[in-house]
Amino acid sequence: MLENKTYIHSTCVIQKNKIVLNGESIFSNEIEGFNDFAKKFYQEFEIAYPKFFKMDSLSKLAFIGAELLLKPIIDPLKENNIGLLFANKSSSLDTDVKYQESISESESYFPSPAVFVYTLPNICLGEISIKHQLKSENSFFIFDTFNSSFMENYANVLLNIKKADKVLCGWVEYFNEEYKGFFYLVSDEGEIEHTKNNIEIEFNK
Amino acid sequence: MEALKQELKEKIIEVLNLEDINVADINDNDPLFGDGLGLDSIDALELIVLLDKEYGIKLLDPKLGKTIFESIETMAAYITEHRTK
Repeated sequence: MLENKTYIHSTCVIQKNKIVLNGESIFSNEIEGFNDFAKKFYQEFEIAYPKFFKMDSLSKLAFIGAELLLKPIIDPLKENNIGLLFANKSSSLDTDVKYQESISESESYFPSPAVFVYTLPNICLGEISIKHQLKSENSFFIFDTFNSSFMENYANVLLNIKKADKVLCGWVEYFNEEYKGFFYLVSDEGEIEHTKNNIEIEFNK
Repeated sequence: MEALKQELKEKIIEVLNLEDINVADINDNDPLFGDGLGLDSIDALELIVLLDKEYGIKLLDPKLGKTIFESIETMAAYITEHRTK
């Protein structure tokens, strides 16, 4: 198969209460806790999507990254064939633990349906798809560490077999208030060639 | 009844994470679903849990929720009649 060159069109890193978009710091604050940080982001960037507050932390992290990279390229009048390829280490463990706590005592056994729906890591892909009206391919993988080689291969396959016109890739790790979100959009245009090495350079910036 | 309605509004905002909504924004007869507060099916399940946890009401037939959760007014009336705590 003849493979076209692919590029890293844009990047976003979210960690330690700071958001860096395409190498430039666009938002930070000293507030305690990720949820308050995410709320400040929501207010400052006028997101106007109340469902955001119902999401768990993992979905909020993924939502923010997707919002920043997809909003500039999404055409609301067209079907946008943008694949989603995400991965992390802790799956949905942060929410799994919270849910388990809510069902651990028989005297106060009140399982929360709103918490339960987030006990799957790929729910964050659903949230992104709903927000941006994507009906495209999406996959969520669990790895011990960020697997740049796998991500590069998988995104290229999606593009080369025309399953997607662009692919939003993401590493969304969240557990116990420790988090890192790394997002990059792979496309047939851009300045950074989409290679394992370049992905790693962007991840480690 | 008025105190219960106020309490319900506060609990619904808290339990359903309605960050952008204040107690004053919810009128007693506003529809909770659809055009009103825009709640969804997961919220409906969460309201069933709320009835059980806070008022000791076990809703065995979820279909009843459609009329009970029509508004704060209908919820308060149902709770007043059926509460066990």
